Amino acid sequence: MKKMYSNQEGMAGERAIHPFRAMVNKEISDYVRSWRFLILLVLVFLTCLGSVSVSIANIDEAVKANATGDSFVFLRLFTASDGTLPSFFVFISFLGPLLGLIMGFDAINAEENRGTLSRILSQPVHRDYVINAKFTAAIIVLTVMMFSLGFLVMGAGLIATGIPPTADEFLRIVFFIIIGILYISFWLNLSIFFSVKFRQPATSALAGIATWLFLTVFYSILVSLIAKAAQPSANASAGQVAAYQELVMNLFRVLPGQLFSDATTTVLVPTVRSLGPLTVEKIYGTIPGSLPLGQSLLIVWPQITGLVAATVICFVLSYVSFMKREVRSR
Amino acid sequence: MDHPVIELTDLTKKYGSFTAVDNLTLSVGKGEIFGLLGPNGAGKSTTILMMLGLTEPTSGVIRVCGINPVTNPVDVKRKVGYLPEDVGFYDDYTGFENLMYTARLNSIPESEARERVTTMLERVGLSDQKSKRTGKYSRGMRQRLGLADVLVKDPEVIILDEPTLGIDPRGVMEFLELIEKLAREEKNTVLLSSHHLHQIQAVCDRVGIFVGGRLIAEGDLNTLSRKLFSNEPLVVEAGVSLPEDTGPAAGTLDRLKEKLSEMKGIVSVASTGNVLRIGCSEDVTGDIAGTIMRSGSGLTSLSRKEYGLDDIYNRYFEGYEKNV
Repeated sequence: MKKMYSNQEGMAGERAIHPFRAMVNKEISDYVRSWRFLILLVLVFLTCLGSVSVSIANIDEAVKANATGDSFVFLRLFTASDGTLPSFFVFISFLGPLLGLIMGFDAINAEENRGTLSRILSQPVHRDYVINAKFTAAIIVLTVMMFSLGFLVMGAGLIATGIPPTADEFLRIVFFIIIGILYISFWLNLSIFFSVKFRQPATSALAGIATWLFLTVFYSILVSLIAKAAQPSANASAGQVAAYQELVMNLFRVLPGQLFSDATTTVLVPTVRSLGPLTVEKIYGTIPGSLPLGQSLLIVWPQITGLVAATVICFVLSYVSFMKREVRSR
Repeated sequence: MDHPVIELTDLTKKYGSFTAVDNLTLSVGKGEIFGLLGPNGAGKSTTILMMLGLTEPTSGVIRVCGINPVTNPVDVKRKVGYLPEDVGFYDDYTGFENLMYTARLNSIPESEARERVTTMLERVGLSDQKSKRTGKYSRGMRQRLGLADVLVKDPEVIILDEPTLGIDPRGVMEFLELIEKLAREEKNTVLLSSHHLHQIQAVCDRVGIFVGGRLIAEGDLNTLSRKLFSNEPLVVEAGVSLPEDTGPAAGTLDRLKEKLSEMKGIVSVASTGNVLRIGCSEDVTGDIAGTIMRSGSGLTSLSRKEYGLDDIYNRYFEGYEKNV
């Protein structure tokens, strides 16, 4: 019996998959088969359908009003709205955090409570495989989901308008989706961190939702209070006013949500030239028109870096606290 | 025991000011079934976790199959199968799928894994339940599935932490027999932790009594009882009927007691009514019977009482409590 199974050092046979891949595969199938993911998927799908149908209804006017060409009709599918329903990218900025939180809030503590964590860790795998596999699987599922949603919207637009997207538009949409995935993965990592920290899944879910609410609602109230207090007097110099504006902007830029919406607006609306205040000197002599994709990306580079940094910080925090903790059976 | 499979030297684990494991030195030889016996909170689980590299010792050296689990936990875990106390499975998966996942984590190729999992399920008697979700398994079935889970990777060492907790008495016996059978067949080294004396007594070759983070006694049952009841490890109780026509009964009994206490290997003789309680340093039951018969008294009953683990455990435990 012993000789038949050579699960020693050299890894048996050619067909054996790497344990890490086995773990990722399992996590992906768990996500896809879980009810909560299906419910969330339907929710996201329906809201996107709603927003796209609204923007398709409005796109005629956009095309007519801007018949001079260079109107980026296709991008309007993601940004146009008549006020009844928010546009696609606003929906993503709203539902994205929820998606990330729901995918990660019980990543570690549920395993711990079920008693499976100690069993898995007693297998010949490195401890970080567990948390890395959870993260990788969630990112893969998210990527597939976001791209299929984005392409579905494009397909719907193609059928409804009959205008094919230009290469520039297509790339802009791809970048928009990538930024969306980054944004969602920030929330995912935050919730994984909470799932390492809190023993009860309910607590970690609540902590995630509380953070989300704080960042979306209360933080802006706080910033506006600070802004009011720091407001320069009516006869302040232009420099002071600019510095004040800069301060308020920077306070908002701490928010991942703000970074996301700045980045997506710039990528999806090519006419956006700057995210800060523009002086007359800055616009003097510019030719009105849209920016090429490279220039748009240059503008949002700091935002993207910020999002990546926030995501990495959350991941590192959860990684470190997971590696340091002692895993006991239930 | 020239090549101990598990070797712990001066192992200490502290949680803040609390010492969970205190200077533990222990070695388990190949093919041995070793019982780690101790009350709850004695540090048994902590010791096991350290052996698997799941927690780091504060000081001391661990070698499992010659490997240091602090620096090479994965290599150790490749050779050691560990059944945690209250093992958990993925409830939405069937027993078969759960074991397949374990096999994959051990890099066993798919077809081999399938075959091996099927065999293991058969051996623990779960073949007909293998396509049932583990969420619906009973406690005993889960433990048996856990044992199969441990065996799937074909370990050299099996560590079982309180494996019989929460199983009914019949289930416990079956489970222990299963462990013993499988371990002997595959010549595995087994470390079994428990606070149940009788279960340990039933299957283990050697026992370590572990209280308050310290190994206070170690050895096989005979050694333990000899160490503890060093002067009289054996007690023989003999019921005698005294012949009434040969004089006063008390005199006969006294003469008999005197004769017995002069015998080699007998340490003490006491009587309660017609029952003699004879403490021996070795097994001299036959000689006792002969002496009684020759003395002219009738022998109504003769029973040899060996100290069980119960007595050993209680005495050690009492002694320890008093010292602390």
